[in-house]
Amino acid sequence: FFFSCFSLAVSASRADKVAMSWLSTTAEMALFNVKSGFLEAIVRGHKLGLLTTADYSNLSQCDSLEDIKLYLTGTDYGDYVQNLAAPLQTTALVESCTQKLVDDWAYLRENAGEPLGRFMDYCVYGHMIDNVVLIVMGTIHERDVNELLDKCHPLGLFDSLASLGVAQNVRDLYRLVLVDTPLAPYFSESNLASEDLDEINVEILRNTLYKSYLDDFAQFCKSLGGTTAEVMATTLAFQADRRALNITLNSIGTELTRDDRRRLYSNHGLLHPHGQAELAAADDFDSVRAAMERVPEYAGIFSRVGAGEAHALDKMLYDEEVRRAVNSFEQQFHFGIFHSYLALREQEIRNVMWISECIAQDQKGRILDGIVFTI
Amino acid sequence: YWGLVFRHISPYMWASLGCALAIGLSVAGAAWGIFLTGSSLVGAAVKAPRITSKNLISVIFCEAAAIYGVITAIILQTKVEDVPIGSDGEWSVKILKAGYAVFGSGLCVGLSNLVCGICVGIVGSSCALADAQNSTLFVKILVIEIFGSALGLFGVIVAIIISASAVFK
Repeated sequence: FFFSCFSLAVSASRADKVAMSWLSTTAEMALFNVKSGFLEAIVRGHKLGLLTTADYSNLSQCDSLEDIKLYLTGTDYGDYVQNLAAPLQTTALVESCTQKLVDDWAYLRENAGEPLGRFMDYCVYGHMIDNVVLIVMGTIHERDVNELLDKCHPLGLFDSLASLGVAQNVRDLYRLVLVDTPLAPYFSESNLASEDLDEINVEILRNTLYKSYLDDFAQFCKSLGGTTAEVMATTLAFQADRRALNITLNSIGTELTRDDRRRLYSNHGLLHPHGQAELAAADDFDSVRAAMERVPEYAGIFSRVGAGEAHALDKMLYDEEVRRAVNSFEQQFHFGIFHSYLALREQEIRNVMWISECIAQDQKGRILDGIVFTI
Repeated sequence: YWGLVFRHISPYMWASLGCALAIGLSVAGAAWGIFLTGSSLVGAAVKAPRITSKNLISVIFCEAAAIYGVITAIILQTKVEDVPIGSDGEWSVKILKAGYAVFGSGLCVGLSNLVCGICVGIVGSSCALADAQNSTLFVKILVIEIFGSALGLFGVIVAIIISASAVFK
């Protein structure tokens, strides 16, 4: 008995090869539930409560925000929206939905053991980066810090966020505030230039931080081994490729040089390194499309986007992200479902926001254009 | 040389080890299975409380593995009778054989229930999660568990047959 336990434990910790031996597969299955079985089941329960296609079609037939609120009280969001006061604003509705996500995530995070806890922290660093950039941009435009704090994403809050307003350049930003946060390792000499913060530098800062974060996350998942590594490798590869695509499309026609653009691409993903070389050289949407279509997985997405229709691409990419997230629930005993749950819930909140905005602005015909079904 | 070593090890050591392994390994397997299925069951029942009563069957299947071990251990220990060592300082072949038989029997049921418990536990955990999503899946996955728990049954049957030949007197 002790021998079998020992051998299972050893192979569980060595399950970092892509093709796992049967022993490490069994070990992963037999030992996962010790720390994470309960939370996995809770997450799957949350997934049960996501809005279905039927819910969305009912929501799109609502006539006012009050109707939406009434409908949502019958779903998982019930406790959170029922106390919203009239007159209803879209932002209030979306905030209460986001609060549900924050509470769920906090419960999961509190009860998580290691390494699940660290994994879940990694999932929200992206939001932290976005919050940092939001505050810095707002300070550049001389907005009030407290107003900006309200606009920050609640999952990415950390203690010293408010004091970001005092920084004048990136080095100060790092030295005064961010060195104590989990974002510290993502700063390196190359982006600690002492230039003053202005809009372009901040965008570049956002993208370099995000690149380091994605690379770090991918490395961490790989070290976890087993099914988690497999599932997260595909998810994060898609994230990396998607960011590369967006950076390319946004920087066409701007002053960003090719080398700078290249430096913002991640070090993993299906486009690394050859696709990224082509993307770096791309000058218009068609050359971007040509570069992406070389990768079989993304050729399918691009074939559904007509020539020159760059705006439909966003929805296609969200579609793909949701499809991958839903597929990750097919496997049991891995951490990928936590990341996927976050993605699906956020997509659902985006859907609710889109529907509310369409209804508030009396554009019900456009509802179906903007929502991505999460089931 | 090895024959000399083994001939002089008391068959009662083997017999006692067999009894211990029978119950020890079986209970370890059953416990492993119960925590595997129980943790998923408790979590899934938060959102879908209807699954609790049906999915206790998975826990019962794991428990059966432990019961097989208890039965075998009791049977084995009734077989062990005190026979003194022969006058020439050697155990008689009959007693040696009986000792080995009890050991083999205990090891057989112990190991098979150990893996049977883990098997039923993993399948039971998937069963609870699937049932929470879609209640038509429960019976289908239960069939898999039934086949899994048959493994423990095989172990008990063979163990009883082996132990039938263990006669000390």
